[in-house]
Amino acid sequence: MKLIFEISKKGRKAVQFPELDVPEQENLLPQDLLRGELELPEVSEVDIIRHYTALSRRNFGVDNGFYPLGSCTMKYNPKINEDSARLNGFAQLHPYTPENLSQGALQIMYELEQYLMEITGMDQFTLQPAAGSHGELTGMMIVKKYFEGINEKRSKILIPDSAHGTNPASVTLCGFESVEVKSNDKGEIDLEDLKSKLNKDVAAIMLTNPNTLGLFETQILEITKAMHQNGSLVYMDGANLNAMVGITKPGDFGIDILHVNLHKTFSTPHGGGGPGSGPVGVTKELSRFLPRPKIEFIDNKYKINYNMPDSIGRVRAFYGNFGILVRAYTYIRSNGFEGIRAVGENSVLNANYLLSKLKKHYHVPFNRICQHEFILTDKNLSNGVTTNDLAKRLLDFGVHAPTIYFPLIVHGAIMIEPTETESKETLDRFAEIMMKIKEESEKEPETVKAAPLATPVSKLDNVLAARKPVLKFEDKIIIPQ
Amino acid sequence: MHYIPNTEEQKEQMLESIGVKNILDLFMDIPQNLIIKDNLNIPGALSEIEVKRLMENIANKNKTMVSFLGAGAYNHFIPTVVNHLLLRGEFFTAYTPYQPEISQGMLQAIFEYQTMICNLTGMDVANASMYDNSSALAEAAIMACRIKRKDKILISKTVHPEHREVVKTYTNANSIELVELGYYDGQTSIGPHKDFAAIIVQQPNFLGSIEDLDKISKFAHENNALLVVSVNEPTSLGILKSPGSFDADIVVGEGHSFGNALSFGGPYVGFMATKKEFMRQIPGRLAGQTLDSEGRRGFVLTLQAREQHIRREKATSNICTNQALNALAVTITLATLGKELKTSSLHNLQKAHYAANKLKNTGKLLFTAPFYNEFVVKVNDIDKVNDILIKNDIIPGLDLGKFYPELQNCMLICITEMHSKEQIDKLVSYCNEWVSPSDVAEQRGRAQTIVSDEVANGLKN
Repeated sequence: MKLIFEISKKGRKAVQFPELDVPEQENLLPQDLLRGELELPEVSEVDIIRHYTALSRRNFGVDNGFYPLGSCTMKYNPKINEDSARLNGFAQLHPYTPENLSQGALQIMYELEQYLMEITGMDQFTLQPAAGSHGELTGMMIVKKYFEGINEKRSKILIPDSAHGTNPASVTLCGFESVEVKSNDKGEIDLEDLKSKLNKDVAAIMLTNPNTLGLFETQILEITKAMHQNGSLVYMDGANLNAMVGITKPGDFGIDILHVNLHKTFSTPHGGGGPGSGPVGVTKELSRFLPRPKIEFIDNKYKINYNMPDSIGRVRAFYGNFGILVRAYTYIRSNGFEGIRAVGENSVLNANYLLSKLKKHYHVPFNRICQHEFILTDKNLSNGVTTNDLAKRLLDFGVHAPTIYFPLIVHGAIMIEPTETESKETLDRFAEIMMKIKEESEKEPETVKAAPLATPVSKLDNVLAARKPVLKFEDKIIIPQ
Repeated sequence: MHYIPNTEEQKEQMLESIGVKNILDLFMDIPQNLIIKDNLNIPGALSEIEVKRLMENIANKNKTMVSFLGAGAYNHFIPTVVNHLLLRGEFFTAYTPYQPEISQGMLQAIFEYQTMICNLTGMDVANASMYDNSSALAEAAIMACRIKRKDKILISKTVHPEHREVVKTYTNANSIELVELGYYDGQTSIGPHKDFAAIIVQQPNFLGSIEDLDKISKFAHENNALLVVSVNEPTSLGILKSPGSFDADIVVGEGHSFGNALSFGGPYVGFMATKKEFMRQIPGRLAGQTLDSEGRRGFVLTLQAREQHIRREKATSNICTNQALNALAVTITLATLGKELKTSSLHNLQKAHYAANKLKNTGKLLFTAPFYNEFVVKVNDIDKVNDILIKNDIIPGLDLGKFYPELQNCMLICITEMHSKEQIDKLVSYCNEWVSPSDVAEQRGRAQTIVSDEVANGLKN
């Protein structure tokens, strides 16, 4: 397909500005500051609509079909959320609008914090982080600040070997060193290994619960106790919060810092890779370290409080991804307490149902009740058909592939998270497709290995892309054939 | 209203297939004393009719009147096509393009975006976007220290105060020293500093002034340091020379001005671009061109050896998602504006100067440096002025005293292509109630005194 630059036609326009209604002045800027040619495409409005509509048809979202991408919680994104965020009072509101003229926006933020506190059991929240990994970074900065405050120098963060890659990266970005903790044969944190790594240099553990294998850490209370006895903090990555909303609260396990992903649990769209939002909740003891500013409700008015002397500072300009907050707020109000609990229950029901169907055919490394997601492997596939082949073949059947080769501790991992918004019929059909591909691996493995066959492009050459990077369009470049 | 499709009957069938009696049996791994017994203390479910009414009521508590606020968030024309295309579910309900064969739409759009950002900034390589200008700037500071293997950054006080604060939060966590440079007549003063990884300036800067990038670039490179330029208001690039033409090494900025609503400060979209030699040091996702097995052009995420999911603790950044949908809005907007972006930029320039001229006649402009669509006005009593303007349904410009103690009673006014002459005239008409020229002379003197103090502290040569 052509690039927008390749359909450009000199002199074509898609926009018209009004006549300048003020008297035009000459030489407002010195000549040596002025730009020459502006290299942007020249296209018509029809060109734009057709081009980007065509591009959209080469993309796949939850609206197109089943998207069981593990740990990403690809649930349905209600349309009413989009309408809410586009209401004039929100969309047209400047972030420096005086407090008394932006009470509605402040109310949304204040109340959303209250709901998140109630759902997670944490004492205070910040809505500033723009994504989950941004929340992790914020959390690690709070850990750092906490130890500075009590005059202790601790440099290590424990991270389970099943953790998401952002965890160790966030740790490094904060000047800490990560220490890996092993998983046991049940797929949980090995408590003995953890204890053996505890010493006065350990600032915190960064764990995910349910973990990335889709399993609840049954020894969570022992873990948090051991950490606290060591004077360390417990950070929980809330990527998998969907499994526990309305069922149990991280604040009750002894979690000190938690980030939640509004774009996972609270249905805001993933947008093809952002914008997300990663609010961070903390215990009362840590709340003074939260990013500045904080929304408060005093004398029946919402106020922005910048006076937080112990804060780690800002992690983002203004107040965070506000439009995403409006969507999450709308979602929580639509669902109510009943609906939120139903989310937790049904995400786990759907996952276990699908697991019950697939475990008859696929190898399951941890054969037990799962939470919102579960792991299969490619062990039972025949003729050298791999997890990647399976993933590509799934695309031919009109479903998105699961998360693959993650977590790293399971060889050939296939991580499936159906979410609560999928019907039994969809799950049944997916199970049938999975069985069919397994059958194909036995009878016609070359079909699976050649996949995808029904997608807009066939298998793409990643090596070529990395070896000869072409990262922007240039007229001169001839596509290598 | 919930979004769970399964009927009670289906749930029973599913439980039977699993081999448990009750949904709660699925939570037996959770210590039972941790299971919530009561309902959550949040409001009950609402129907769509009720939610709609609720959200409209809350939105109406916000007042969106004619506004002269800029300061990092700008009210620009958003072409109608943008929202229609963004709302295509194939785009907004997708995730990061991990499966490129069914994500060509977003990958190609990102590739187009990277191209447009490179063209506007005059750089070789742009990433797929970052959270916003402030975090992109912080990442640029860390990137510069990594490249130069030094741990000191110079940052101008004319960089957006909140962006400086974010940079400080990040550099604090990384034990990087941050030195602030003062300003004179609205422009950065460069001082006798040595041994720093980079100098960070904003163009046009937070006070609206256009910096002398030529001078700053020479200063940076003579000191074997990088020049990092932050473009908070990228519509300026429609008429201003690109930072790349001043030999900038890293250019970051805020893309929200192109097609993203004000939305009380977010979601916005940070951009980052650099020279080819630093390609492997850039944080974030990169879309690259390649071929499929039949020789057709396609796009993939590439150079992933820099990233957290491969490199874990050794990654160039912890960034995972970017702001893909916002970057798509930027792309569609820039495609729609095309070369007419220049017309739009000229309207910003002309209208802002029209307003400034009217105010200059009564001697109220604080700085004399060239500017684009923002400038600083000195008033006698800013609280009084704000009251008058708000009473007349105008949201005033930003009170700079909030961020700069030396700029009490100074207002940063922003005028874009969206303001009509009538609206500007209305603003100007309240001028007479503002201030006398002698106050401005006094203020200018005061600002200079402050800079002199900084000279004493080694902040200006």
